[in-house]
Amino acid sequence: MKSGNLIYLDYAATAPVDARVQAKMLPFFGLDFGNPSSVHQFGQAAEAALEDARERIAGWLNCTPEEILFTSCGSESDNLAIRGLAFAQLRSAQANHLLISPVEHHAVSRTAEQLARNYDFELEYLPVDRFGRVSPDEVRRRLRPETALVSVIFANNEIGTINPISEIGEVCREAGVYFHTDAVQAGAHLSLDTRELNVDLMSLGAHKFYGPKGVGALFVRKGTAIIPQQTGGSQEYGLRAGTQNVPLIVGMAEALEIAQHERAQAVEKLTELRNQLVKGVLATIPGAALTGHPEFRLSNHASFVFSGVDGNALLMALDLAGFACSSGSACKTGNPEPSEVLLALGLEPDLATSSLRVTLGRWTEQEHILSFLQTLPEIIHRQRQNAVVIQ
Amino acid sequence: MNYSASKPRVVVAMSGGVDSSVAAALLVDQGYDVVGMMLRLWSEPGKQAANRCCTPESMALARKVAARLGIPFYAIDVKKPFYDVVVTQFIQGYASGITPNPCLYCNRSIRFGVLLQQALSIGASYLATGHYARVVQGENGKFKLLRGKDPLKDQAYVLSALNQNQLAQAMFPVGEYQKTKIRELATQYDLPVANRMDSQDLCFLAGEDYRDFLIRNAPEIFREGEIVNLQGESLGKHQGLVNYTIGQRKGLGVSSSQPLYVLEKDIQTNRLVVGERSSLGRSSFAVAQVNWIRGEAPTGPITASIKIRYQAREVAGTIHPFADHQARIELDTVLRDITPGQVAVFYQDEEVLGGGIICN
Repeated sequence: MKSGNLIYLDYAATAPVDARVQAKMLPFFGLDFGNPSSVHQFGQAAEAALEDARERIAGWLNCTPEEILFTSCGSESDNLAIRGLAFAQLRSAQANHLLISPVEHHAVSRTAEQLARNYDFELEYLPVDRFGRVSPDEVRRRLRPETALVSVIFANNEIGTINPISEIGEVCREAGVYFHTDAVQAGAHLSLDTRELNVDLMSLGAHKFYGPKGVGALFVRKGTAIIPQQTGGSQEYGLRAGTQNVPLIVGMAEALEIAQHERAQAVEKLTELRNQLVKGVLATIPGAALTGHPEFRLSNHASFVFSGVDGNALLMALDLAGFACSSGSACKTGNPEPSEVLLALGLEPDLATSSLRVTLGRWTEQEHILSFLQTLPEIIHRQRQNAVVIQ
Repeated sequence: MNYSASKPRVVVAMSGGVDSSVAAALLVDQGYDVVGMMLRLWSEPGKQAANRCCTPESMALARKVAARLGIPFYAIDVKKPFYDVVVTQFIQGYASGITPNPCLYCNRSIRFGVLLQQALSIGASYLATGHYARVVQGENGKFKLLRGKDPLKDQAYVLSALNQNQLAQAMFPVGEYQKTKIRELATQYDLPVANRMDSQDLCFLAGEDYRDFLIRNAPEIFREGEIVNLQGESLGKHQGLVNYTIGQRKGLGVSSSQPLYVLEKDIQTNRLVVGERSSLGRSSFAVAQVNWIRGEAPTGPITASIKIRYQAREVAGTIHPFADHQARIELDTVLRDITPGQVAVFYQDEEVLGGGIICN
């Protein structure tokens, strides 16, 4: 993806909506504008489109349509999963123990922290190895009778590491504990088969797989009780009130279908480009290290730390040189706090603030990677020469 | 994005205010490759929304200006260095009995320190700010700091701690104009800047009195002590020297037939020395940590126009430079509020020669 002189290498943040997806969505803004809850034929047409989308998504998740809830984004799905499940478990089983990984997206970790702070839940963090991976054995060791839920991210947004979700799910199932995974980063890169993954809840967000922003889904396995967090009408089986955003939901289904259908070729192409990128960076830049797992990682994902470099300044310099990247937990306020995820890997705070995330996608070409590899060493060198010294 | 710019890259320190916004617009017009940056400074926990310089509103405003000008914009978080350098020196200054001027430290170490370094690291050649001041290169290659053209807005005072290296990389685009012209330009450029009141308050005081800030952040420096007259006779108690400034009359809490003024704050004995108006005032004082902008001290005494604080009127005097960045200043006039810790700045006509911190 190029816009003017800019090369986009931040697909883990968001991606453009595929033209095929845009085309599918358009009629539902104008001609087919109905409210799926209405009695009349406008409503019926909208409901048909909504349920068709639900079925198509359920197909790729290997679940029933009734197990798919539409939400406004991946973060909302995480919130509904964690809070909805925790409160239901507290009420039905007095279960108040939350077990999550230290490499969760904030949508999970901040929600769990709030439950611990304000509602007497006990929050426990799982250990991770130096690649940010959770071991199923460590999960087994920490499960208790009062464990309300386990949540482990499928693939981490900052470091790209993929967790052994299926094995962790098996451990949880044996113990009868509900298991949620945030699969927001996985949508375009990994199989989302909920049976193989042994998950009870799974969060998705459409814009990570070339669908529109503002729509997500939560898989909730049949028989898993959650308490709705948004109340009102009886949409989404009474678990998420509010008129469904039909055009975006139609777009999400189309986007997921395309992404999963083309997944094998995409993964092959992206892995090759990504490997070329990682190899090039490590070979040409002294003091560079890959963060996250070298093999169990998203095919489009490269993340690094560079000793003696300020990650925020690096992003600005790259942006001005025409490359849109991220530091992993980038926020526009330039917060210099080291990332919690990188600290959880055991990185020193100084090194953790020197991070760079480069994520590729559907429109990344080899020339983009070559051009990036040509530019980065010089930028890093200039950054190191102008390191901030307080006088 | 201005890739066609043929001139060098300039980072503009933006605040969302009219001066820095017009500074950015002028540089864009002049063909520079302009990049906007805004500093996020330290605020007391819970008071971020009242910090003058970097509220979320001013950040949003600066972003809007940058979008209007079509320039990239980045926020630079300098909370830690700002606290370590500026706030710490502010607190330590009051603890040692002086009245510091944190804006000078901020300009020297944060704006033309951390931010300049950031600017260089992204390939910029200059850092521009919205100060009313000018910088010119003399025939000898040395850079001179000049007053802003608008005498009512001149802000060269707060830049008097900059050195040659910093000035060589500094640009002050609004310094060439009158403030009224800058407001006109803001309208012409259609910049979405708020009509904020100019303020001299310190940003991190969030509109409060400095004493309220100190009592929360350094309560230990409020030590009760004696109020004495010049003869050493006790007149009453004070609640901490930090509550008083030299020349202060009101709020002393001692009764006397004559109005009494704060003459001296004796940090060694924690005594507040007060006396009659006739005892107040000096025409001679020492300055330390003198910064001579040209990079070296004059070889002998020089006459100059001297300001003993930002808002003071200038008075004529003679500066006797000594070694180790010290000097003695003899004013032609007696001034009543020469305050240790404040910065005395020396001018000759349009040029700022430098400045130093007033000693006890």
